[in-house]
Amino acid sequence: MSRDRGSRRLPVIITFIVGLMLTVMPLTDSVEPFRPDWLALVVIFWAMHLPRTWSVGSAWIIGIVLDVSYGTLLGQHALALCVIAFATVRFHLLMRVFPLSQLSATIFALLALYQFILFWVNGVAGVSAPAITYWAPVITGTLIWPFLFMFLSGVRYGSRSGS
Amino acid sequence: MVASRGNNSNPARIPALGLRVLALIIISIVLMYLDHRQKHLDGIRQGIGAAVYPVQLMVDAPVRLWEWLRESTTSRNQLELEVGRLRAERLLTNARLQRLTALEAENARLRTLLEARTAVRDEVRVAEIMAVDANPYEHNLIIDIGSRDGVYDGQAIVDADGVVGQVIRTGIMTAQAVLISDADHALPVEVNRNGLRTIAVGTGEIDRLDLPFLPNNADIRAGDLLVTSGLGGAFPAGYPVAVVNSVTRIPQEPFADVTATPAAALDQVREVMLIWSAPPVSEEPDE
Repeated sequence: MSRDRGSRRLPVIITFIVGLMLTVMPLTDSVEPFRPDWLALVVIFWAMHLPRTWSVGSAWIIGIVLDVSYGTLLGQHALALCVIAFATVRFHLLMRVFPLSQLSATIFALLALYQFILFWVNGVAGVSAPAITYWAPVITGTLIWPFLFMFLSGVRYGSRSGS
Repeated sequence: MVASRGNNSNPARIPALGLRVLALIIISIVLMYLDHRQKHLDGIRQGIGAAVYPVQLMVDAPVRLWEWLRESTTSRNQLELEVGRLRAERLLTNARLQRLTALEAENARLRTLLEARTAVRDEVRVAEIMAVDANPYEHNLIIDIGSRDGVYDGQAIVDADGVVGQVIRTGIMTAQAVLISDADHALPVEVNRNGLRTIAVGTGEIDRLDLPFLPNNADIRAGDLLVTSGLGGAFPAGYPVAVVNSVTRIPQEPFADVTATPAAALDQVREVMLIWSAPPVSEEPDE
């Protein structure tokens, strides 16, 4: 049992690492503000499909890693990610049967919540307020979700049949 | 397959989800508080930073590879041109350096006359910027040397043309630096022409600094060179920072509207120099 779970964990961990790479990958200044929150999307996907293995705890750890690589307050992204992971796990059965349009709306709401928590912590800590483009990742994240969903589903079923 | 379905489909069996999330939220808030108030968490940060380092290296590698390829495929002709250019440049720099040596000697002599301690030269080391984006809402960069090489928080970073920024977080193998154009950054400068001291504040735009604390009658004009004054303690004195490009004096306002362009090419640099400033003058016990 434990070996089975271990072999199914590895592909998920790889998707998280790839997500982190996409997060720190350099982009030109004009595209930069529109970079989707890759890790938030990946966390939502796994929390939705494998909520017993990947829920708030792993989301929190990923958030801490994100905080370190961003150099933000330690715990800021961890808090935001663990809250959206909680919401996802709470409603994962519902989200699994949603049609794409409704699911996209949910993703939009989750990403907006994520950005809002970051925004709020920034405000409390006195970090200077960012521009209007601050909210752009919410939109690009929602737009990219269907493709990411297909890709990660492929990872999920591919790995399962492989093991 | 069956096992995993049985695993996932019963939401009630996810143990104490609410409790866990509550505990994590509280831990996050405590962490943020500690991190914001004091620097007790630098050790944790460095530890996790070392774990993130391979990922940063992997992201950085393709860019390095591309540059290496480009360098190794430049034509001989181009290389010869470049060598010629560099030779001419070196000649010029050497000539200037000769004058500098003479000036330095003279400066040292005058200082001894004034019974002041001779200013020690700063030590520098070249670091490469990693092609890794950090926080998108700050102007910052990541360099490839860290506390292992003696980098410390607050250390000044310059390039060939002027001040670039300063180190804000040191990891073991990397360090994060904030650029002078960041909206939260300010540095003490003086006008090279007349020694007028003020503060240059970043605007969040890569090619503009503001000088918001100059009164309307201040002696400053477009084209003035701003150099570090060394008053903040972080930056050694005398490094070029920016060139004033516009001075607008509005009679009703108490302060003039002065903007400057950073001397360093903040968005183009690939290599920077870190400065270990001379230790503060202290009375060393004589033997």
